[in-house]
Amino acid sequence: MRALETVLVEKGYVDPAALDLIVETYETKIGPRNGARVIAKAWSDPAYKARLLADGTAAVAELSYGGRQGEHLKVVENTPELHNLVVCTLCSCYPWTVLGLPPVWYKSAPYRSKAVLDPRGVIGDFGVSLPASTKIRVWDSTAELRYLVLPMRPEGTEGWSEERLADCVTRDSMIGTGLARIPEVAS
Amino acid sequence: MTAVAAALAAVPAIPCDATGPVFREPWEAQAFAMALSLHERGLFTWSEWAETLSAEIKSAQAAGDPDTGETYYAHWLAALEKMVVAKGASTPERLREMRDAWDRAARATPHGEPISLAGDPERRADGN
Repeated sequence: MRALETVLVEKGYVDPAALDLIVETYETKIGPRNGARVIAKAWSDPAYKARLLADGTAAVAELSYGGRQGEHLKVVENTPELHNLVVCTLCSCYPWTVLGLPPVWYKSAPYRSKAVLDPRGVIGDFGVSLPASTKIRVWDSTAELRYLVLPMRPEGTEGWSEERLADCVTRDSMIGTGLARIPEVAS
Repeated sequence: MTAVAAALAAVPAIPCDATGPVFREPWEAQAFAMALSLHERGLFTWSEWAETLSAEIKSAQAAGDPDTGETYYAHWLAALEKMVVAKGASTPERLREMRDAWDRAARATPHGEPISLAGDPERRADGN
């Protein structure tokens, strides 16, 4: 794929920016998008949550979602005291088997550098403000180890089915740039 | 009709959900985007594309491909390369050269760093 792209770009047949634009349209359609179901199960099933936090790779595999790339997945839990934020400062390592295609901002240099220097500011850029008492921990992905944030379960969702809970889990909440929330329009 | 709808109408085997194409891996979306973009530039028509892709899938099946959908975009990429050569946009030699260069660059790049052609140890100083 890269070889073909290089040849066509250098001959002017395709514009890499135009390709990115098309791919971006599908960023939520790539990969099995299983992360939300993993989180919903962890909220509903304390034993599963314990397994997920102990060994993310194995617990995700229980739901038969593959870690085909062979990287390990570590799940980090948000609490009222601690908020987790995931970044890859070197490149754009991303657990796409559970989260789909990385959003364009995740790969951008400003996000990668600011997330480390000023994580609270980055989260604020996404419209999320955390209490000053909540500490923020930044996790830097590598090719071998990827992170998935287990967001806090929204209030008012007691007794909800896993399926309904999964709708509360946004992609950003699993990166740490957002919070899980009850969908505004319940259809 | 949008470009995507036109592609879907001409090439109905594209894996889709209720709202459009779905991809198993990021590179599949890149391959899809490449075909859309080359079509928009007028390199081929969708009926030419459907013909090339189905020929590719048929020959893979004849060679024992299980055709469970997992290899769909591998065929898509092979068809793209054939089309690009057939339309004179590149040559098989140039494609092979570039594939080898990416391959060498990938091997020479430490884990966790972005791979680029600059990492190809045999890359010539003139950039070619």
